Amino acid sequence: MSEILSMGNYGAYVWSSFGLTMIVLVICIVQGRSRHKSVLKDVVIRIKAMESK
Amino acid sequence: MWTFFHKLASPPHFYDLAAKFIPWFAVIGAACVAYGTIAGLFFAPADYQQGDAFRIIYVHVPSAYLSMMAYMVMAISAAIGLIWRIKLSHAVAAAAAPLGAWFTFLALMTGSIWGRPMWGTWWEWGDPRLTSELLMLFLYFGYMALRAAIDDTAKADKASAVLALVGAVNIPIIHFSVEWWSSLHQGATLVREGGPAIQTGMLYPLLAMIFGFTFIFGALILGRVRTEVLFRERRSKWVRKLVLPEGDQA
Repeated sequence: MSEILSMGNYGAYVWSSFGLTMIVLVICIVQGRSRHKSVLKDVVIRIKAMESK
Repeated sequence: MWTFFHKLASPPHFYDLAAKFIPWFAVIGAACVAYGTIAGLFFAPADYQQGDAFRIIYVHVPSAYLSMMAYMVMAISAAIGLIWRIKLSHAVAAAAAPLGAWFTFLALMTGSIWGRPMWGTWWEWGDPRLTSELLMLFLYFGYMALRAAIDDTAKADKASAVLALVGAVNIPIIHFSVEWWSSLHQGATLVREGGPAIQTGMLYPLLAMIFGFTFIFGALILGRVRTEVLFRERRSKWVRKLVLPEGDQA
């Protein structure tokens, strides 16, 4: 196990690269979803505002 | 054939169709990345020169590849939007930019983390591959800033499309930089004369990662284009019907 973690003493570099990549992928997913939700909300507000005029 | 394209480019049809494709792309992408990560980290043999540090290739190369792929998607869509005035293609260009910026950031960061133990430095300003990739990050930022600065969507589409096309000159520079100039960055591993210079135990996980990242990118961009389409079509009847169910009075 410690052998796997140490990655021939390059562990810090290897694991940080993979970790950062996964974090960025998750950010991309979350960012996309939250933007979709906020745009949806915004569109509903705009339509309601227009129709109530 | 043409009717197929016309139907595809129609916003409500695209909005529905994309929603159907996203989960498939996501599942295929996640499966490939899961296999590639496990095989790349634990089963591929260590490199005879770089030892286990070479394993960074499994996240660095797919990120770098997609950083350029996203730019090409952005520039080509922008060009199609300018020439044929297809609204959907401007939406695709706008959706590609933030994703491209993220993948460029990843390519730079993982490259830097790889460079530290191999080259003895995090960054080298004189290196053409490194600096041209950094320039691409600023092109993405410039593109997004320009879009954000113009309220009128049609004007923002046109202005940002021109910027995307001018910046496309940088793509071949990034790709060929390691051949044209002497560079700290190593040469091409996969796409080179004489075929890939890598043994199969190392190659298959890498191909799986590239394939998987591409599908994840596909799912991400389809999602973002849907968001763009929804906002751009906010005054249309189909969006009215979609967001406010029948009979729901304001």
